[in-house]
Amino acid sequence: MATTTAKSDAPSADLRVIEDATCTFCGCVCDDIELKVQDSHITEAKRACVLGKAWFLNHDIEDRPSCLIEGQAASVEEGIERAARILSEARYPIVYGLSDTTCEAQRVAVAISDWIGGNVDTTTSVCHGPSGMAFQGVGEVTSTLGEVANRGDFIMFWGSNPAESHPRHFTKYSLMPKGMFLPNGRKDRTCVIVDVRRTKSAKAADIFLQIKPRKDFEALWTLRALAQGLELDADEVEAETGVPLATFQDVMDRMKRAKFGVIFFGMGLTMTRGKHLNSEALLALTRDMNRYTRFVCKPNRGHGNVTGADNVVSWRTGYPFGVNFGRGYPRFNPGEYTTSDTLARAEADAAMIIASDPMANFSQAARDHLRSIPYVALDPKETPTTRAATVAFNTATYGINVPGTVYRMDDVPIPLRPAFESPHPSDFDVLSGIERRVRELKGVEPA
Amino acid sequence: MSEEFILIPGRTSRQGCGISEGKFTDGYQEETQVLQVAKADMERLGLNQGDRVRVTSETGEIEVVITPAKGDELPPGILFIAYGDLSSRLMGADTHGSGMPTSKGLDVTLEKLNS
Repeated sequence: MATTTAKSDAPSADLRVIEDATCTFCGCVCDDIELKVQDSHITEAKRACVLGKAWFLNHDIEDRPSCLIEGQAASVEEGIERAARILSEARYPIVYGLSDTTCEAQRVAVAISDWIGGNVDTTTSVCHGPSGMAFQGVGEVTSTLGEVANRGDFIMFWGSNPAESHPRHFTKYSLMPKGMFLPNGRKDRTCVIVDVRRTKSAKAADIFLQIKPRKDFEALWTLRALAQGLELDADEVEAETGVPLATFQDVMDRMKRAKFGVIFFGMGLTMTRGKHLNSEALLALTRDMNRYTRFVCKPNRGHGNVTGADNVVSWRTGYPFGVNFGRGYPRFNPGEYTTSDTLARAEADAAMIIASDPMANFSQAARDHLRSIPYVALDPKETPTTRAATVAFNTATYGINVPGTVYRMDDVPIPLRPAFESPHPSDFDVLSGIERRVRELKGVEPA
Repeated sequence: MSEEFILIPGRTSRQGCGISEGKFTDGYQEETQVLQVAKADMERLGLNQGDRVRVTSETGEIEVVITPAKGDELPPGILFIAYGDLSSRLMGADTHGSGMPTSKGLDVTLEKLNS
């Protein structure tokens, strides 16, 4: 492990310090963590947030078999054989998850989906999938988080609660940093938060807009209208959104005065009625603002490498999620090839779930169907999904045991610097084995 | 007697930590199995912390204990629950052609259960 170093003042010969380790719990992908490692246990994760500490301090080597077939311990080779047969013999197999594993493993998963003529879909479809659809319709005016830290003087969060979901977002990227053009840090920025709840994040706002539930679309179009200078009926705006027109006007005036505005948005938009239309409205508002000043937007991504999943699936298939290979070439259709749908409609007859837990997170109809079909699960933790799997692989944890590449939420690739080795195989190892066997079963020439 | 509410499932830092600690640990289970109610609604409906209620959506129903929301975090008429098994049971399967079930802003009814 390239960056593992032993400090001379370490109290024990076994204590190792990992400089600049990368946390892969959330999309912030903080790569400045200092880990203290004793044997196969991380004892301290300096600079990590509460979520990062829980991530690093709770991924010890678990004394469980690397593979279970129908709940019985089996060798990894037996598991690979059974998994390859399940996927190869199915008529409509689906591959799902992928947001908590390396880009290298994601790449192999897409290849398997191609060989078996099935679907590949990621947790993006139940996260910012609607934003992915909106990107295709409107486009995304965007930037890196480094630009936000150095330039962003107007920061808006819409339907996002980073104080609980991305605890270092404010301090590392968006509000507190003293940047190249913001020497006074927080004092040089205006922060506006829009939400239906007065969340923990709201305390950080200069202006908090508490809008009515399911009125994001109307609130965003109110701002779009004000950006154009259109006259609006004050009573109607307040009755519809719960926020006075004067407050919207004040926010718009500040947005126009900003030198570099940023809108971060979360699943308050994408999971609520309207979904991709809500995201489209926000992307369009960002685009509109560029008539007056520089403005960018960015979805706050949840999982550590969900952005990598979007990138890998896009460069391998042309589409970011919800892709079908049934005709031998990729087709994209959210609602048809997305996993919530193929399971809830009882279409899929086999599945492979990688680093995801649909048995906890999906609708009851989808969970009932997944339970009824043969499926393979890969996860470093025991979850409701691994417990019900036909074949369950207990894999090594990416970033802690496994090296590789992940993408931060702003599409910047970050290398992983693992802390200690695991006796369990990586997702990449298991998926590569399954791909080799699938190719043999499908009569494809070896690579 | 049941009352209409809008339910917002979401991330909490304790629920997020529970994912790493293990989904079968007490911390994760406790965090995902409690419903937050605005204090004004609790007073209006005569509810106390720890009461059990039945929450019903178009798709499913759950029985869950309640706790008052902190400060003014929730406006009256809105309920909150951390993402987990219970919130998923109330979520419909239809994604309306988007791939995403409507997972926030669910219309539900709340009914107090006799303990």
